[in-house]
Amino acid sequence: MDVIIKWSFYLYKILPGVSKITILNDKYVILVLEKDWVKVVIKILKNKFILNSVLDIWCVDYPEKKERFEINYLLVSYKNNLRLILRIYVKDNVGIETISDVFASAGWLEREIWDMYGIFFYNNVDLRRILTDYGFEGFPLRKDFPMSGFVEIRYDDTEKRIVQEVLEVAQDYRNFNFKSPWEKL
Amino acid sequence: MRERYKEIKNYTMNFGPQHPAAHGVLRLVLELNGEIIIKADPHIGLLHRGTEKLIEYKNYVQALPYFDRLDYVSMMAQEHAYCLCVEKLLNCVIPLRAKYIRVVFAEITRLLNHLLAITTHALDVGATTPFLWGFEEREKLMEFYERVSGARMHAAYFRPGGVTQDLPIGIVDDIHKFIKQFSYRLIEMEELLTNNRIWKQRLVDIGIVSMSNALNYGFSGVMLRSAGIIWDIRKTLPYEIYDEIRFSIPIGKNGDCYDRYLIRMEEMRQSLLIIEQCLQKLPEGPIKVNDFKIMPPARSLMKYSMEALIHHFKLYTEGYYIPIGEGYAVVEAPKGEFGVYLKSNNSNKPQRCRIKAPGFLHLQGLDFMSKGHMLADVVTIIGTQDIVFGEVDR
Repeated sequence: MDVIIKWSFYLYKILPGVSKITILNDKYVILVLEKDWVKVVIKILKNKFILNSVLDIWCVDYPEKKERFEINYLLVSYKNNLRLILRIYVKDNVGIETISDVFASAGWLEREIWDMYGIFFYNNVDLRRILTDYGFEGFPLRKDFPMSGFVEIRYDDTEKRIVQEVLEVAQDYRNFNFKSPWEKL
Repeated sequence: MRERYKEIKNYTMNFGPQHPAAHGVLRLVLELNGEIIIKADPHIGLLHRGTEKLIEYKNYVQALPYFDRLDYVSMMAQEHAYCLCVEKLLNCVIPLRAKYIRVVFAEITRLLNHLLAITTHALDVGATTPFLWGFEEREKLMEFYERVSGARMHAAYFRPGGVTQDLPIGIVDDIHKFIKQFSYRLIEMEELLTNNRIWKQRLVDIGIVSMSNALNYGFSGVMLRSAGIIWDIRKTLPYEIYDEIRFSIPIGKNGDCYDRYLIRMEEMRQSLLIIEQCLQKLPEGPIKVNDFKIMPPARSLMKYSMEALIHHFKLYTEGYYIPIGEGYAVVEAPKGEFGVYLKSNNSNKPQRCRIKAPGFLHLQGLDFMSKGHMLADVVTIIGTQDIVFGEVDR
């Protein structure tokens, strides 16, 4: 624990663009960065601090905020057994620089974020959609995308192919209001 | 003499999505030069069900069964990650007996997964017998699942705050009996495969992963260990009671498919050791936290206590509220490092649930692993990566 605190103070001092540092679950150091510094910081971390793997990149959507997307990079050092989360905030319709040329694992992870949130990654050589269907429209993990989606597909026996139709549900999704006077945790 | 040039175009071939060796719904677009792979482009997402989105609309208890359905051959390992994450958010410490039961079943899950991984791999390569033998053992393991939870596969046995019910009478003896005979089954399976000429011809020096590639592509689990990196979440970030248990981590030397097969075999032996130790140490006591806001009260209590009945009702309709916070939990799932990130927002549903699946990153490495190999070796590499589409596509 002490090592992690010392280490995070050190990182805060030397890394460019760091605005905030927190420790999550005693194990993960979270660095909040300005978005233009990500690639530089990741390169420094890779070469100087032996953070040798990007295991995950994920995004959280806060539609009420001005910088609505929070992108997290999980870096792991296998040598020192340390874990670091880099966090940046991105506005809608703003792209960020890819890190897939620094870490190959980022290629598909960035594709997934592009697919799910529509955040563009500059210079990613293969930024196609990945998880959704061929010809899918919209970004499904955004908070303003409905859970049921907009289209449904079925096999049309007369046309002998799959057809897409506008979704029709007999009953809307029932979102109950759970606010109750019952004692909270 | 006039030189003549002729353009030769690479041959592009479609593999899957309905192919028995694709381990589910993998569509591969292969670029071939004769029979040599130039490029492999996996098209995934045919089993995408939007688990992460669905969880945002479910309360914390209802979200749990989705984790069984991610990687549908290592069910409890994923429930485990989710439970650990919710417990971190709730700041709750589960009783010791629950921890031991969880470890026993996490290791049973590892056996289940590795049995499927090795035997279907052998089936893809052309050996049918290990598959038949392995599935007989899997059936016995699923019976243990059924006895504790009522379901053979999608158990939903681990819950945030403990496990649903205590071990039924006699199961400890039966698991013990199983372990005793299972080590012989492993020997039998190794007799069939380890020195088998065809098996070695198909696996040795196929799909080599160097240390730098494994790190660069974010591999974890067996794929990482085969490259010679000593890394196991159970040792490096121990959760539950793994730090009190003695076991070793097998690592590979060459990083080829044969190494990974040997590692999986050895990991099964280590799992048997872990289960054995847990069963011997298994303490008495409660199996879930004594907080009715997190875990339901006992059935018998509900028969006469009004308050218990209310708690039960509110827990299963409304669920519990978690104040704003975030948590990240990782477990060593049989396929690699499985992580769950939860962001809570002061309500009974998570703001965001991110599932870090190991198979997703492994499949990304299929391109570099299969480059320069023959077409038939792609099947071997898919088999060795232990791809299951439930978790790759989420």
